[in-house]
Amino acid sequence: MNSTEPVIKVEGLTVRYGSDTVLQDVGFEVQPGEIFVIVGGSGCGKSTLLKHVIGIETPAKGSIWINGTDTSALDDVELRTLRMGIGMLFQSSALFGSMTIGENVALPLTEFTDLPMKDIESITRMKLGMVELAGYDNHYPSELSGGMKKRAGIARAMALDPAMLFLDEPSAGLDPVTSAELDVLIKKLNEGTGTTMIIVTHELETIFNISHRIIMLDRNAKGIIAEGDPRILRRDSDDPRVTDFFNRRVTEKKTKG
Amino acid sequence: MPHENSYHIEAAGSGVVTLVLTGRMDLERFGDLTGLIGAIFDAHSPSKLNVDMNGVSYLDSAGALFIVRLEDEARRRSVVFALSGLSREKMGILSLIDRDALTKPSLAPRERRMNVIEHLGVASIAAVRDIYDIMSFTGELMCEIGYSLTHLQKVRWGDVVSYMKKVGVDGLPIVGLISFLLGLIMAFMSSLQLKQFGANIYVASLVAVAMVRELGPIMTAIIVAGRSGSAFAAEIGTMKVNEEVDALTTMGFSPMRFLSIPKVIASLLTVPVLTIFSSIFAIMGGLIVGVLGLNLTIFTYIQQTMKAISVFDIVSGLAKSFVFAAAISAIGCQRGFKARGGAAAVGNATTSAVVTSIFLIIVIDSTFAIILHYV
Ligand SMILES: Nc1ncnc2c1ncn2[C@@H]1O[C@H](COP(=O)(O)OP(=O)(O)OP(=O)(O)O)[C@@H](O)[C@H]1O
Ligand SMILES: [Mg+2]
Repeated sequence: MNSTEPVIKVEGLTVRYGSDTVLQDVGFEVQPGEIFVIVGGSGCGKSTLLKHVIGIETPAKGSIWINGTDTSALDDVELRTLRMGIGMLFQSSALFGSMTIGENVALPLTEFTDLPMKDIESITRMKLGMVELAGYDNHYPSELSGGMKKRAGIARAMALDPAMLFLDEPSAGLDPVTSAELDVLIKKLNEGTGTTMIIVTHELETIFNISHRIIMLDRNAKGIIAEGDPRILRRDSDDPRVTDFFNRRVTEKKTKG
Repeated sequence: MPHENSYHIEAAGSGVVTLVLTGRMDLERFGDLTGLIGAIFDAHSPSKLNVDMNGVSYLDSAGALFIVRLEDEARRRSVVFALSGLSREKMGILSLIDRDALTKPSLAPRERRMNVIEHLGVASIAAVRDIYDIMSFTGELMCEIGYSLTHLQKVRWGDVVSYMKKVGVDGLPIVGLISFLLGLIMAFMSSLQLKQFGANIYVASLVAVAMVRELGPIMTAIIVAGRSGSAFAAEIGTMKVNEEVDALTTMGFSPMRFLSIPKVIASLLTVPVLTIFSSIFAIMGGLIVGVLGLNLTIFTYIQQTMKAISVFDIVSGLAKSFVFAAAISAIGCQRGFKARGGAAAVGNATTSAVVTSIFLIIVIDSTFAIILHYV
């Protein structure tokens, strides 16, 4: 895996909102076909990091390469082409309220392919089926539960079978069973198509079951405090912030029985 | 070794057909591949279909969907189907496809197009229900105003002041400008006619009476409806859509008292003042035409203006604008609270607030005209 060129390379990324520095000098690489998980406490800048990587926000400093091209050097048209190969699930789902769920998922297909309506419809149904939302194509987002909106957002992000999928807390608001099924879906997509997955999550199950590598961000450090295989990190790290993250959850789980 | 995107069909004797697929099977190729399904079954009418995928370098969910469709079609025609050359990972993709999901009927019916008569019926019912809604909202608002008047310390005066600034201070430039131009135009047009009779001085009366009694209150109300009525509807509508109104209710607030009362009180206090300014600006517009175009002195123009308008005119104009203010702010809030759904609902609420306000302004004005006629 080390010999290949990274699909995402971030170097010296600094993000400021006003005088508040959220991220300072962050750098990491994501290899093709990797399930890359970003963890960290609430408000440490995970969503912000994703938004900068896909280029919808511009960093104060630093550069981001996607597939070997520096995104800051691209013009609007090139950026749009690049983004067509990227699917993103926003933390708030960001479904279009005036469209049905079916139309939300079909939107990228109708915009970016010349497939006939019939085919678009069956692809839409397949994607909704993958996230267990079969039959909800004519519902409006306001008629779905929070977790269902999340899943519809995932279906929309996957509509074009992107080579890179960014998921911001995909399993927030999902029950443990659906959340585990989502992990299976992610793993199968990753193994079958080699889709690179960049996932923000707090679920230890997701981290240990499917991730290849994680980075841990910290609000005070304004950057990455740990990086690597989560199983090895849990075993070997002596950074209290890292062990806390893994152990507190684990002990909580144990006491629950 | 990358393969070219291609396929070929090998038809051996005894009805065994082999479809050999190579290259990428992805969304881009999906249209071409699905076209293949009919061709295979119609042209070769096989009894057994082998699909050889050894040469497939990439399979995504669209490619997998094609395989599922092919298999379904084979089953429908009772053709034996066999798949070969798929790695375990690629089988994983195939297993993601939930066959039931592809055919499962939608749980909600698709929105039907209505015919004219249905439309008429639905619109009539909506109109009647709307009148009912507005009346019950007005009733509720009255109760809340009554409550606020008896519990003055419970009114959110900070909000009242901030809305007074938004409605009044921020609205003054546009109200002033439009009124000034209106006075200018009115004076100019009427002067063309009145000059012929040597009745120049009556330009002042005309501008003063028309503005103070009718146009001042109406113009101001329409501008406030467009500026602030819409803003009220959008603000409350967005809060409603984002469940913020529900959050208020849960925390034990009355959303009506919390959100509407400050807006209504602010409007009631500022719109009459804006109306006075509107008349003053229009009279200034008329004055400029009078002095520059009709050789009147500033003093005679103002004197004639004072003579033309009575205290009754001023009071009735202000009373009218007071009622307009109540109607605009109440409708703005009511439309906001009625918003349901998403961003589009907020847009609709805003539009509807402005349209309904302007309609009500005309209705109220006519009512006043009739009442004042008999007073
Ligand atoms: N548009 C913005 N303007 C100002 N500050 C912002 C903006 N967006 C994010 N922030 C700040 O950046 C920090 C990180 O926010 P971010 O949404 O990335 O957190 P997060 O790690 O995704 O947290 P969570 O797990 O709660 O979603 C926060 O302190 C937030 O206040
Ligand atoms: Mg976040």
